[in-house]
Amino acid sequence: MDITALFNMMPGAAAQGLIWGIMAIGVYLTYKILDVADLTVDGTMCTGGAVFIMLTMAGVPMPLALLGSFLAGMLAGLATGFFHTVCGIPAILAGILTQLALYSVNLRIMGQANQPISFRNYDLLVSSRNVKSLSLENPILIGVIFAAVIIALLYWFFGTELGCSLRATGANANMARAQGINTNVAKVLGLMLSNGLVALSSALLAQYQGFADVNMGRGAIVIGLAAVIIGEVLFSKIFHNFALLLLSVVIGSVLYYVVYNVVIWLGLNTDDMKLITALIVALFLSIPYWKGKYFSKSAKKGAASHA
Amino acid sequence: MLEIKGVCKTFNAGTVNEKRALNHLTLTLNDGDFVTVIGGNGAGKSTMLNAVAGVFPVDEGTITIDGVDVTRLPEHKRASYIGRVFQDPMMGTAATMQIEENLALAARRGKRRGLRVGITGKERAEYRELLKILDLGLEDRLTSKVGLLSGGQRQALTLLMASLVRPKLLLLDEHTAALDPKTAAKVLDTTEKIVHRDNLTTLMITHNMKDAIAHGNRLVMMYDGHIVLDIAGEEKKRLTVEDLLEQFTKASGEEFSSDRALLS
Repeated sequence: MDITALFNMMPGAAAQGLIWGIMAIGVYLTYKILDVADLTVDGTMCTGGAVFIMLTMAGVPMPLALLGSFLAGMLAGLATGFFHTVCGIPAILAGILTQLALYSVNLRIMGQANQPISFRNYDLLVSSRNVKSLSLENPILIGVIFAAVIIALLYWFFGTELGCSLRATGANANMARAQGINTNVAKVLGLMLSNGLVALSSALLAQYQGFADVNMGRGAIVIGLAAVIIGEVLFSKIFHNFALLLLSVVIGSVLYYVVYNVVIWLGLNTDDMKLITALIVALFLSIPYWKGKYFSKSAKKGAASHA
Repeated sequence: MLEIKGVCKTFNAGTVNEKRALNHLTLTLNDGDFVTVIGGNGAGKSTMLNAVAGVFPVDEGTITIDGVDVTRLPEHKRASYIGRVFQDPMMGTAATMQIEENLALAARRGKRRGLRVGITGKERAEYRELLKILDLGLEDRLTSKVGLLSGGQRQALTLLMASLVRPKLLLLDEHTAALDPKTAAKVLDTTEKIVHRDNLTTLMITHNMKDAIAHGNRLVMMYDGHIVLDIAGEEKKRLTVEDLLEQFTKASGEEFSSDRALLS
């Protein structure tokens, strides 16, 4: 095995990890702050790219196309929020419904299952061909800038009165309502913000890889969770500040793609990657449960021996 | 201040678990009333408080707070009139947020929450002063997560939060029931302090008959979803636990059913 080949793969892994890191931040907002597992993101992870490409091909300037992707993602979040709060559908199911609906919507947006876009004809922000160039167009640099700006904005937002009401809703909805917070509005807002970020990430990813595909978001929620969990496992002891927690999610995402590329380099079948990811996420999600079980058992034993 | 008129609430209507929790309940609280509520298990005490707070819609009747008909207002809107402390210490605070953040959330009860900063430096100084009246040392732990506090500390904090913006009505739902006797006494003491300081109209459920007699200016007893006994003023001061048990038997035709109330 050629170690230089592995090194050559690392810049790409970093760029992909950073772009997916923005997506993982979106997952963090719903999963960690709102305490909702939002499966909409599997659909939104294509919608953002699809909207970006179609807008760009229609001659919309790149920054506006990015904004359009963000808004499209927010709309998807709004749909899930509507199903959940107005229709009373459990959050997971509401997300699945929107995700399914988005499959059709994404096909409608693109007009076909796969929509390529070339940097030769259009003004794109990131492209995988620049991943090793030492220029301002390097997608790693752009990914870092995007992640930093988004983390800064979220840090500010979750310190505001409105942001605090979102946190309170996720932490204890009963308490939030007793303090006059409309928890339904807070949930919808959180879902919109999260899906907006996911769509933005999707728009960057579509540019990076040069196409949007109707299947590009499949399993996105699990990759997002993996990034959140990797970040938590590695940094929860040292990072307490909210901005640093978000940073740990981005780092988690980069590490996920580093591992992903190592798997490729080892010659393992990348078709198995989703299986491996799912198992790893399942393992980490079950640790707190097992821990709780173990500790409560030992507590009972202790009580019995004192009796 | 609070007017509950002919309120009915049936849970699980039309099923085998049908339970008529409130049965033409009528109760009026005057401004500054501190009413203690007692009653057996399933008498509808908590249901009454939750109906007032808007946790669920009622089937019949009206609820008016300070002249405003709130019967159809959602819970979060009624919150601008109401301060609440729950039986479960976990319920009134956000465990993963800091003490000062919890207080800042409560300080904005009934106000629009926009993009201004969620907690100002001036507030922090105020909270430090306010926490001193609890006498729990929390004034030095402003940035601690509330999840690290004991049940008694959380209840005391919730009490402070409920009164941070002066509520027209304070609802206390057995807020000392989950605490050990010593802590319960302390939280009850703080309750008295805050209620008298702000002259709050208060509705306090308790399972402890002695507490019900010792606190407040008025005592009501519930049975089968409505008020069966309403004693105020001098007459209340002379009450004994034996009187109450006798009155209960008279009003309901059965023995008082809460063992907890008898034992405590």
